[in-house]
Amino acid sequence: MGVVAIFVFFILHLAPGDPAAVIAGNYAMPEDIVRIRTQLGLDKPLHEQLVTWLIRVMQGDLGDSIFSDMPVTTLISQRLEPTLWLAISSILIAVVIAVPLGVLAAARAGSWLDHAVMVFAVFGFSVPVFIIAYALMYGFSVELKIFPVQGFVSITEGFLPFLRSITLPSLSLGLLYAALIARITRASLLRVLEDDYIRTAHAKGQSEGKVLCLHALKNAAVPIITVIGIGFSLLIGGVVVTESVFNIPGLGRLVVDSVLQRDYPVIQGIILMFSAVYVIVNLLVDISYTFFDPRIRY
Amino acid sequence: MGRKLIGGFLAAVLAVGVGAQAASAETVLRARLDSGLKQLDPIWTTAYVVRNHGFLVYDTLFGLDENYNVQPQMVDTWEVSDDAMTYTFTLREGLKWHDGTAVSAEDCVASIKRWAARDGMGQKLMEATENLEVIDENTFQLTLNQPFGLVLQALAKLTSNVPFMMKKEHAMTDPNEQVTEVIGSGPFKFVKEEFKPGVSATYVKNEDYVPRSEPASNTAGGKVPNVDRVELLWIPDDTSAMNALIAGELDYHEVPAPDLVPMLEQAENVKVEIFDELGNQTVLRMNHNQPPFDNQKIRQAILWATNQDDSLRAAVGDPSMYKKCGAMFVCGTPLETAEGSEALLAVDQEQAQALLKEAGYNNEPIVILHPTDDVVISNQTLVTAQALRGIGMNVDLQAMDWATLVSRRAVNKPTSEGGWHIFQTWFNGPDFLNPVEHMAVGATCDEAWFGWPCDEQIEKLRTEYAQEPDPDKQKEIARQVQQRAYEIVTYVPLGTYFAPRAYRSDRLEGLVKSPISIFWNVSIRQ
Repeated sequence: MGVVAIFVFFILHLAPGDPAAVIAGNYAMPEDIVRIRTQLGLDKPLHEQLVTWLIRVMQGDLGDSIFSDMPVTTLISQRLEPTLWLAISSILIAVVIAVPLGVLAAARAGSWLDHAVMVFAVFGFSVPVFIIAYALMYGFSVELKIFPVQGFVSITEGFLPFLRSITLPSLSLGLLYAALIARITRASLLRVLEDDYIRTAHAKGQSEGKVLCLHALKNAAVPIITVIGIGFSLLIGGVVVTESVFNIPGLGRLVVDSVLQRDYPVIQGIILMFSAVYVIVNLLVDISYTFFDPRIRY
Repeated sequence: MGRKLIGGFLAAVLAVGVGAQAASAETVLRARLDSGLKQLDPIWTTAYVVRNHGFLVYDTLFGLDENYNVQPQMVDTWEVSDDAMTYTFTLREGLKWHDGTAVSAEDCVASIKRWAARDGMGQKLMEATENLEVIDENTFQLTLNQPFGLVLQALAKLTSNVPFMMKKEHAMTDPNEQVTEVIGSGPFKFVKEEFKPGVSATYVKNEDYVPRSEPASNTAGGKVPNVDRVELLWIPDDTSAMNALIAGELDYHEVPAPDLVPMLEQAENVKVEIFDELGNQTVLRMNHNQPPFDNQKIRQAILWATNQDDSLRAAVGDPSMYKKCGAMFVCGTPLETAEGSEALLAVDQEQAQALLKEAGYNNEPIVILHPTDDVVISNQTLVTAQALRGIGMNVDLQAMDWATLVSRRAVNKPTSEGGWHIFQTWFNGPDFLNPVEHMAVGATCDEAWFGWPCDEQIEKLRTEYAQEPDPDKQKEIARQVQQRAYEIVTYVPLGTYFAPRAYRSDRLEGLVKSPISIFWNVSIRQ
C-alpha cells in the first residue's frame, strides 16, 4: 500500500496538467493560475507535498478535494454505494447465468447446446459494453419505458425504485462477466469430468446432476472463484463506461472526473482504496479455496 | 412460473415508475448544464457552470435586458453626479439573505470589493475608484478618481466573474479562497445537504424573494421562482442525456452535442431552440512571445490562411448553426464593425505564402495544442493545422486533453521548454461585448491573456474607451481598437456558432432567452 501510495503520488504530479489552471477556468489570466497554485500549496517542492500527504494518510485523513474542498473520504463514501451495488448485482447476474450455462455446456460437450453457450460467450465478451448498454436503454427505457434511462436510486429510498435504477446497468455488465465465467466454468469442469473419481461416481450409479453439481463443480470451483473475485475487484475499481452511460454516480466516474481535472488528493485517495479492495478480495478468494479444496493449506 | 416471475417483476417496476410520477405534487425542474458543478464560489473560478449556479443563488445590483441595456435589479434608485464622478446606489426594500437577515449596503460594498479583486473589469473599475463607502443601511456611494464610463456595465456584467452580492461575512473571505457557505439573496436557495460534487446540485424556491415588477428579460426584470425545486444533474454521456430528455427524465438540456441535435429535433415533445442570439465566438490565439509569431507578418499570414467557413463547418456542421463574422465585439451588438477583417474573410493562401516569405519563415515547427476531448475545439484545431500546412508551414500538432492544454498555455517559454505557438478556444458572445471586457484584444504584454500580445496603442484606446461615457464616441474607439487588433493580430476570430438548447415543450413554459441558463420565470405545466 505504501509503495502504491508513493508511486501514484509521483506519477500524478509528474504527469502534464495543472489543477490550478483547470480551476481558474478559460477566462483566467496567467497571474490567477499562479495565485491559485500558491493557495493550494502546489508551488511547494514535490517531496514536501509528499511528506505532508503521507503524514495525513497515516492519520487516516486522505485530504480534501482541490475542486470541491470536500474531504476525499466524504466523496468516496458518496460514490461507494452505487458502485458496490452495481458490482454485487452484476456479479450475481453473471453467476446466475454463467455457472448453469457452463455446467450444461461441459455436460453436453460438443453438442449444439455447448456450441450455443460458446457463441453466447464469444458474443458477450466481444460486443463492447456500451453497445449492450445503449441497446438495453433504447429498448427498455426509451421505447418500453419500463426502466429509467439514467440515474441511481439508493436502496434507502425504496427497494423497487432501487431495483429499477440498477437493473439495466447490472444486466449490461453482468452479460459481459457471464460470458467470461461461463467459459471458465466449462473449461474447468471439462478437465475435472475426466478424473477417475467422476467415473467412480458414475459407476456407483449416482445421477448426472448429482455428479455434476456435488462432485465435479465443487472440484472445478477454484478457477471459477478466482475469476469471480477478480471480476468483483475490477467492478469495484470502477466501470467507467457503464457508469457514464447510465449516469451512475459511482467511483469509476469519480476517478475519471478527478483525472481529467488533476484533482490529485481524490485520485490518490481512490487508488489507495482500490488497492486495499484488491488485497481484501484476493485474501477472501484465497481463503475460500480451502473450502472448495481442503488439500490447500496456508 | 419463470414467465410469471418476470412478468410480475416488470409490472412492479412499471407501477413504481408511474406511481412515483403521479405522487409528486412538488414541481421539479431537472436540467443538465455544460458540466458538473464541483465548486460553489463564482468569484473564485470563472467556470460557466459555477456562474450559472451563482445566478440561481445570488442576486446582482444590476442586470442586462435582452437588448443588453443595463437595468436595475437589487438597486432601487441610483444617482450620478453631474460630473459623472459619484454614483449613489439605494437598495430595494425587502431584500433578504437566505438565512432571513436583511441585505445591507455594507454587504454590497464588501461583495463589490471581493469581485473586483478577481475580475478584469472589476480591477479597471477599482483603478478608477477613489472611494467606495456605506452611506446608510440601504445606500452606498462610489466616488471615482478618474472618468470611468462603464460603472453600471461592470456591475451588470453577466459573464464570469459576475459581481454577485454575498453576505459581508462571506464577502470578506480572501478572494483567492473559496467561500464555504452558499447563502445568497437570489430566487433559489442552495441545498447543501443534497450536493454531490460532479453529480447533482439541488435548489429550492426562495419563498422570501421579492422579484421586481418588470417582466423577466435576460438577467434583468422580475426573477420569479415558479418551480419548487431545480435539480442540476450531470449526465456525462451526451447520448444518455438525449435519451433522458426524450424519456422525460430531464426537462432542460443546455448543450446537446451538435451531431445529436437533428435527433432531438425529431423527438416528440422536445423543442430545440437558440436562446443566445449572440452565440459563441471561436478564438485562435498565437503566442506573440515565441518566434516566429513574434513577427507581425507571420501572424498576418495566419489571418489570410484561415477559413471561417471550413472551421465552423468542421465544428458544428449545420450551416444554420453558425455565422461567419469578423466583428471582434460580436456580430449583432452596437459595437459590431467589419473594420480590419478583410484579410480574415477574404482567405487567400497566396497572400499568406507571400507574407511568410517576406517574414523569412524558415520551416520552424509550429506547435499547435490540440485538445481531443472537446469536439468543437478539436475539429477547429484540425482545420487550422491543415490550413497552415496548406501555406507551407511545418505543423507539430500535439494531442492532449483540455486540462493539459490550460496548463500548457500558461507556459510562457520557448517550445523546447514546454511552450507553444497556437491554441484555440471559444467564448460566450457577451464575454466580448466591449474592448475592456474582451480579454483577447487586451495587449498588456506579460500581463495579457495567454499569448501575451503587447501594444501601447491598443491599451491607450482601451483606457479611453473605459473613460468615455458617450456611446457614439465609445463606438468609434471600439472601431479603432478592432482595426489595430487586426493589424497586429492579437487573435483570429474564427466565427460564431450557436449552441441550441433542448427542452421538454410539454413541461416547461416561460423560459427566458439569455446566454446563461435561467430558471426563474419558468413554470412546469401540470
